Amino acid sequence: MATPERDSITGTPTTGHEWDGIKELNTPLPRWWLWTFYATIVWAIAYSIAYPAWPLINTATAGLLGYSSRADVARDIADARLAQGKWLERISTSDLDQIAADPELFAFARAGGAASFRLYCVQCHGSGAAGARGYPNLNDDDWLWGGTLEQIHKTLENGIRFTGDPDTRDSQMPAFADGILTPAQISDVAEYVLKLGGQTNDAVAAARGEPLFAENCASCHGETGEGNRDLGAPRLSDPIWLLNGSKDAIVAQISNPRMGVMPAWKGRLDENTIKQLAIYVHSLGGGEQPDAQ
Amino acid sequence: MTESAQMTRIGLMGLICLILVTFAALAHDSGFAIQMWIAAIAAAVYIVYLARRFPQGSQTDDSTYLDSVVKAGMIATVFWGLAGFLVGVVIALQLAFPVLNFDLPWTNFGRLRPLHTSAVIFAFGGNALIATSFYVVQRTCRARLAFGNLAWFVFWGYQLFIVLAATGYLLGITQAREYAEPEWYVDLWITVVWVAYLLVFLGTLWKRKEPHIYVANWFYLSFIVTIAMLHVVNNLAVPVSFLSVKSYSLFSGVQDALTQWWYGHNAVGFFLTAGFLGMMYYFVPKRADRPVYSYRLSIVHFWSLIFLYIWAGPHHLHYTALPDWAQTLGMIFSIMLWMPSWGGMINGLMTLSGAWDKLRTDPVLRMMVISVAFYGMSTFEGPMMSIKAVNSLSHYTDWTIGHVHSGALGWVGMISMGCVYHLVPRLWGRKELYSLRLVNWHFWLATLGIVVYAASMWVAGIMQGLMWREYDDQGFLVYSFAETVAAMHPYYVIRALGGVLYLTGGLIMAYNLIRTVRGDTRQEVPMGAFAAA
Repeated sequence: MATPERDSITGTPTTGHEWDGIKELNTPLPRWWLWTFYATIVWAIAYSIAYPAWPLINTATAGLLGYSSRADVARDIADARLAQGKWLERISTSDLDQIAADPELFAFARAGGAASFRLYCVQCHGSGAAGARGYPNLNDDDWLWGGTLEQIHKTLENGIRFTGDPDTRDSQMPAFADGILTPAQISDVAEYVLKLGGQTNDAVAAARGEPLFAENCASCHGETGEGNRDLGAPRLSDPIWLLNGSKDAIVAQISNPRMGVMPAWKGRLDENTIKQLAIYVHSLGGGEQPDAQ
Repeated sequence: MTESAQMTRIGLMGLICLILVTFAALAHDSGFAIQMWIAAIAAAVYIVYLARRFPQGSQTDDSTYLDSVVKAGMIATVFWGLAGFLVGVVIALQLAFPVLNFDLPWTNFGRLRPLHTSAVIFAFGGNALIATSFYVVQRTCRARLAFGNLAWFVFWGYQLFIVLAATGYLLGITQAREYAEPEWYVDLWITVVWVAYLLVFLGTLWKRKEPHIYVANWFYLSFIVTIAMLHVVNNLAVPVSFLSVKSYSLFSGVQDALTQWWYGHNAVGFFLTAGFLGMMYYFVPKRADRPVYSYRLSIVHFWSLIFLYIWAGPHHLHYTALPDWAQTLGMIFSIMLWMPSWGGMINGLMTLSGAWDKLRTDPVLRMMVISVAFYGMSTFEGPMMSIKAVNSLSHYTDWTIGHVHSGALGWVGMISMGCVYHLVPRLWGRKELYSLRLVNWHFWLATLGIVVYAASMWVAGIMQGLMWREYDDQGFLVYSFAETVAAMHPYYVIRALGGVLYLTGGLIMAYNLIRTVRGDTRQEVPMGAFAAA
């Protein structure tokens, strides 16, 4: 073979091929490149001996280290359970009042409740538990179904208007536009509700609405609109509104009401977690004591 | 073509058009009807085209290279590129400001996201690959493209695929396989087009007048063949009805996931790596006017790359239901892939030895070189992220998005646009580009855009991963998911800014190319020269 052509700049021989003016140098493989490549291969072989790697007929090589990602997770979970075990055990054997009375246990339960809240509750109630339209704010003392530890716990366990749970908290507000009240009457009742909540209202219409309210609404919402926690009927005599306190929104609610649904967490979360959640929600600012009612 | 052959073709197209209209009329869902109407309109346009040429038919000069299809490919590349970049900016802004979803199904992030990925990968990247491969294979084989105008069928068939896929996404038609979202009928169509592409490429290689096959063609061929195999297996599915869009995958559970990532990862390996390496192997030595650095390296890194890449897919499924042994293999093959990937980078960069000074005066070459640098960076980052310990932090975070974009914007985008800058003046017979200084502007805007994009996603992704796994001293998770989303907001805004810079560069390119095609030359101080004092 003739002496190969040499590249004038690098002095490297070419391969003698040429395509559309492109030639190739016959530079050897860079040593560092080759040795690094070999090193990764050696490492890969070693790793595949140490860890599960090669598929066989019905199984695969297990690896000398006996590693398994499932065992790893199981161990992590076991470690975590062990670290928290003492506390979890005490929560299981204590009732809510006992947990609340023990500062250390309370701190643990509250932290655990906060973590679970971030996972399961923030989607509706918000990361600061401030709620959203149609989803109650849990930081205040305006409770729909009661704010004691037991009541919160019951709400968590059985949910609200949750069809999957026979013990769920339930109540229905009728659709008053469905032949019960005329639009004009609904408008009058709404004016009266505005008045109850201390908002500006049409005094004449509100006066017409008052007897209608007494007849149709007071049985659940109370004579003065103070609400009824046994029925989850919101208090109307304060400026806190679950949906919206405008006249239009009140008319819409009376005509064709929206009623909140909360899932029952019993069965989905363990009892321990539900207790922690009750402690956490109760501690947010509006928690009540049984005798305060 | 004889008159009777033309008549036959028109008749055949009429029949196809009629069948498509029938499908549209009988369709079980409006999505399928719309898609069939689009295909029918495409067929009708072709009939009109044929009829207008009747009876003389189209005359071709078979003694020269078939470059008109490459020209069309350049236009398509730039057009789809801008469309894809624009949608990318839109969805980046949607993540930062959700109100931009407009509460409409068609403009929802979930539909626009595959529109973006398909537009940039398959429409922009695919057209760049097809066009450059047609250009390169003719010149390195000294042979006209095989099988007459079949290359034109490939071009238009591919555009129809893009339109069907894109309109389908907007209508909510998807089989929900990442990077393979189009439904069964689009999959069948692209299979036909792809086989035609393979035939054109192989046929041209077959009639080459050079004794050896140039390295660029090895890479192009491996890309075409492997993508065909990946596409067919990944899309094995049973349609619910031949008159509706919906189909169900042949695989289920973890087998389905693995098939999907075997495809997904090798779409990166063979579409976005091997194909574009083919581009690099022709255009970098051509532009630098230097021989390829090492023939031996090209052989070794080619075979090791294509052998190792195909096994690396399981690293997308670390810590899932995928058995441990498959995860291990995915990881170790990814690590072994590091040097074979870098072989391409070395060959690209070292080809410039003796020509580094050209970077000062030729921003097109600079664009190609920085693309190779980004290629090197991403192909180091990739194996690193495949290590299970790293992956446990990076997986599902925006670090992955940053990684993909340093490869996509940096490597794929920059090498493609460098080639477009190189080709357009040659294809349209212009002496030079309208303005090298505008290329320089494009270069810096794009480079800055990529750096802003990748850096913001590194910070955001690592922060996100750390927040997800943060426990307090009592063993409870510290952050809710929504809190991590809120923490990402500033980085989402910065990322969108990076995208805007990249898009701006693309717009400058389009302007520069239009002026080039029109034959204009900008009066400017040459690159590298000092302005007259």
